[in-house]
Amino acid sequence: MDTTVTTGSEESVWGGGNQPLNASYGKMMMWFFIVSDALTFSGFLVSYGFSRFKFIETWPIADEVFTHVPFFHGNYPMYYVAFMTFILIMSSVTMVLAVDAGHRMMQKKVILYMFLTIIGGAIFVGSQAWEWATFIKGDYGAIETKGGRILQFVHADSGKRAALADFSKTLPEERVKHVKSEGVWYMEEGYKTSFSLNEVVEGFKASPGILIRTETINEEGEKTVLSREESLAKLTDASQVVEGANLIHNEYGSRLFADFFFFITGFHGFHVFSGVVINIIIFFNIILGTYERRGHYEMVEKVGLYWHFVDLVWVFVFTFFYLV
Amino acid sequence: MAHEHKLEIFRGLLKFKSNTQKIWGVLIFLTIVTAIEVGLGIAKPELLTKNYFIGMKLLNWIFIILTLVKAYYIAWDFMHLRDEKSSLRRAIVWTPIFLICYLIFILLFEADYIYTVFKEGYKAWDF
Repeated sequence: MDTTVTTGSEESVWGGGNQPLNASYGKMMMWFFIVSDALTFSGFLVSYGFSRFKFIETWPIADEVFTHVPFFHGNYPMYYVAFMTFILIMSSVTMVLAVDAGHRMMQKKVILYMFLTIIGGAIFVGSQAWEWATFIKGDYGAIETKGGRILQFVHADSGKRAALADFSKTLPEERVKHVKSEGVWYMEEGYKTSFSLNEVVEGFKASPGILIRTETINEEGEKTVLSREESLAKLTDASQVVEGANLIHNEYGSRLFADFFFFITGFHGFHVFSGVVINIIIFFNIILGTYERRGHYEMVEKVGLYWHFVDLVWVFVFTFFYLV
Repeated sequence: MAHEHKLEIFRGLLKFKSNTQKIWGVLIFLTIVTAIEVGLGIAKPELLTKNYFIGMKLLNWIFIILTLVKAYYIAWDFMHLRDEKSSLRRAIVWTPIFLICYLIFILLFEADYIYTVFKEGYKAWDF
């Protein structure tokens, strides 16, 4: 094991100018920033754990929430997130290669690897934007009860999820969105769902092949499906139709799940975005030959540390949001 | 600045010829670990989901352990902590680990307590 004392001569120990940790000021500050940022992220992830343990029996199952892959139809849980993880690890690798090439003062190689890193980061941010859009848009639609719980629908014969459009009736009712030009008292109205509550309830009563699935997780680790009678009884609690997810309503289940999803992946996505911006700045500096003139590529190493940290955080977000 | 790299991983079991080679080696390892995680997440073998250890499914323990393994190799080889002085490494690694363990312990215990209050404490939260 290495020792902490690095000086060759006794006199210079207290004379200043020596580096007991053998790291430059900038690099050490980057490390300290990373430590504090790691604590911020742990705060978020642990509070996610807190809410989840609090509602352990009703928490949404991530496999059933993130099932989409761009350009493909069907049910593919996890694949796309795994792809995103791979992209981020890959861009981490090109970053280390850039740092390595920098140590050997090979400007052309650093340029190439930095470029690939930026591309990887851009693909990741784009994928995350797509994930958000899909999550916000929603899948099947659901009903929210007076207690704020979510009721989803399944086909009785196949056990597959049923979309609202599969069974809802179209009733001859006019649903007008409230706008500012009408009425003295104006309250902003959110989004308009494709079916009114009444249409869903009537449609449900008319289709015996549809059952309600509650948020409660049973012993098999799956969501509980009610019988037809229980379903009809439960439906009297319905208060509104929910399609997609936002900070207040969430068709996938507990609204806290959506809140944490937006907050944690959003904060991480912001880190990736700023990482890409910093990488671009450094990329142009390399092209201009700044570090060639400076005589070392330590700047690349420092942004590299930040970039790897973003990757590191994603590894944890991936586990606690999508896997566990 | 010195740029010597320690080129061994798995406690010297695998030794690479150059730093570049080590980077690719670590990538392959991380990819395999991620593939195992995703595979288990999709397959969900009953043996692992039915058995519990300290209140958590074995499957989830495996996920968390594999995540820590991945984190170790990212920090040690990509962030080249392996090549830093041990004093710097310890300051950076053990401080957050201690604080995070403390945070996890406190918050998860509290959450579990609230769960029991909701469940058994005659408090209605689903009206």
